[in-house]
Amino acid sequence: MNIPVNQGILLAAILFCIGLVGLLVRRDIIFMLMSVEVMLNAAGLAFIVAGSAWGQADGQVMFIFILAMAAAEVSVGLALIIQMFMKFKSVDTNMASTMNEQKKISNT
Amino acid sequence: MKDLLWLIVALPFAGALILTIFGKRSPRLVSAFIGVGSVSLAAIITILLGIGFMSHNPTGIPYHQLLWQWMDVDGLSLNIAFNLDSVSLTFIFVITFVGALIHLYSAQFMWKEEEGFARFFIFMNLFIGFMLILVLADNMLLLYLGWEGVGLCSYLLIGFWYKDPANGYAARKAFIVTRIGDFTMAIGLFILFTTYHTLNIKDILAAAPSTWAVGSGIALTTALLLLGGAIGKSAQLPLQTWLPDAMAGPSPVSALIHSATMVTAGVYLIARMHVLFELAPIAQHIIAIIGAITLLVAGMAALNQYDIKKVLAYSTISQIGYMFVALGVGAWSAAIFHFMIHAFFKSLLFLGAGAVILVMNDEHNMFKMGGLWKKLPVTFWTFLIAASSLTALPLLTAGFYSKDKILWLAYSSDKGSVWLWLAGLAGAFITALYTFRMVFITFFGKAKMEPTSRPGIFITIPLIILSILSFAGGFIELPGDMGHVTLLSDFIQKTMPAVMVQQSGYRIELIFQVIAAIVAIGGVWLAYIFYFNKQFDPAELKQNGLQRFFYKGWDFDLLYDKVFVTPMVFLARINKNDFIDQFYTSLASFTRLLHKGLSATQNGKLRWYATAIAIGAIVILTIIFYL
Repeated sequence: MNIPVNQGILLAAILFCIGLVGLLVRRDIIFMLMSVEVMLNAAGLAFIVAGSAWGQADGQVMFIFILAMAAAEVSVGLALIIQMFMKFKSVDTNMASTMNEQKKISNT
Repeated sequence: MKDLLWLIVALPFAGALILTIFGKRSPRLVSAFIGVGSVSLAAIITILLGIGFMSHNPTGIPYHQLLWQWMDVDGLSLNIAFNLDSVSLTFIFVITFVGALIHLYSAQFMWKEEEGFARFFIFMNLFIGFMLILVLADNMLLLYLGWEGVGLCSYLLIGFWYKDPANGYAARKAFIVTRIGDFTMAIGLFILFTTYHTLNIKDILAAAPSTWAVGSGIALTTALLLLGGAIGKSAQLPLQTWLPDAMAGPSPVSALIHSATMVTAGVYLIARMHVLFELAPIAQHIIAIIGAITLLVAGMAALNQYDIKKVLAYSTISQIGYMFVALGVGAWSAAIFHFMIHAFFKSLLFLGAGAVILVMNDEHNMFKMGGLWKKLPVTFWTFLIAASSLTALPLLTAGFYSKDKILWLAYSSDKGSVWLWLAGLAGAFITALYTFRMVFITFFGKAKMEPTSRPGIFITIPLIILSILSFAGGFIELPGDMGHVTLLSDFIQKTMPAVMVQQSGYRIELIFQVIAAIVAIGGVWLAYIFYFNKQFDPAELKQNGLQRFFYKGWDFDLLYDKVFVTPMVFLARINKNDFIDQFYTSLASFTRLLHKGLSATQNGKLRWYATAIAIGAIVILTIIFYL
């Protein structure tokens, strides 16, 4: 089965935009993390498509890289989300905007 | 013995230096010992030196001691050198002797000052040192150094209790008002230097008569400029407003600086530069007129005060007015005689008032006192002697001889006039009235407050010594019709010319003395009628408009406030936003604007950051692809 490069790149671009829009419109930090995953995978898809178009393995190598990096990122991100939830009792990112005003944070 | 002259000046400075270094850590007894000891030693050396000067030196040749060269810049060659002649000897005797007594008094008076005790003696010693430099200086710049030094010490001591802002205000006022006089004096010194190319006093006085004609404009200008300095320091009209406020300082300070020594520096300056003033007869007339007006104005103000120290402050202004009258008619030795006697009795009055204030728990209002003569006998009798001397009660008191000499010469001198004599006579009447008003209200009548304690031994000893001097000090100089003793004027006239007497004759002099005596006794009698054993309720004292006007010192403060201070403040206010200021202000506000803009982006909202990154990425990609 042979997918044209144009369509593959287009799909990757659409996925990336969906991820970006999700990142921008959502206030829930978990959904924002999921949107970042979508964007990462869109970038990975673009690598795969480009690699198969040129018949090189480099694209797939890069995808493995992105996958490993995304796994690491998610583990750190989830840890941060748990910390944030413990501090603010919420996963709303706007609640975390008070972090530059030190006085308002109660030390629990 | 003569070679020890430098030591008289060095001792007080050494005392101040030692106390500055060790005063904070040493106990009060040690501080008192150093502070009193240095000045007392200086007084002893002065007396020995004076005896030597008088006995081995019948013609009164000045003794000159060169210590080292101060500077030598482009023709201005100045030495640190002292010049001892009969005038400066009289002055250093009064300064060190009265100064030592006041230091002794202060040791007990200031004892309750835990933290400022050493500081007080540092300033007092420093003052004595600068005052000695002033009167011993052989050149005008060294004199000016002492002049400014005593001004500084006066500032420091008026504001000694600096925790009360009112005292700080009084100190600043004294400093700034005298600065006006110092400024004109400095210009006078510049004129002297450009004319004579030296500031050495002896050289100037020797060269002046052949350089400037009598009555020439330049001589008049210089004399008036120097007179400005003397007026500022001696608190004469129109720069007298600082002295009543200077009473904010401790009482020994008022006794030493603001009555006995520093305020007479103007008298010293005029006496020292007498040749210049003789070259400018108009300036000399102005001195006499200023003195006559001042003594009346200050006398009327003293008559309406409540505060015992304010009475004495205005009285000081008034008595220095007498000295200025004497200087104005060319009676140099009479002015110095009155300076000396005034130093004795006025310091005694201030010390007595200080003792009363001390035992009455800092009560200054004499209407709240009364009946103290039985409870404080030593203070009362010494105060009474000093008051009689100030009133010039005839025959017995020293003040009679010194003031009578001025009154007589104000009329009989070739520069004198009947108007000056009349002003002096009216002043003598007012003096008698306000002095005994103060005595009767403070010491007689019904007691309203109980003194908390008796003044101690170190307070009473100086009082007794000074009372002997203000009683017997006059016998060194007796008028022509009563013994004709002229010890002091002979001594002074070794340095200065004798007064030119136009009219003489013992009979006229006797008539004048009788009139002066009647006037003084009349003033006391009037005070007796009005104030002796009368009941005054301090809460219900009413003043009519005129009394209020006198009470405020003829409203000179109000006048200066309206004429000088208010326009100055107004100008400062409208000039506050000038071009330069606006430039720097706008620089600051521009920076603040940028800061606000940038810190607004740092709002901590994650989605805004993400949006900013996305938009930034789009912009950069657009630029890369299409440009």
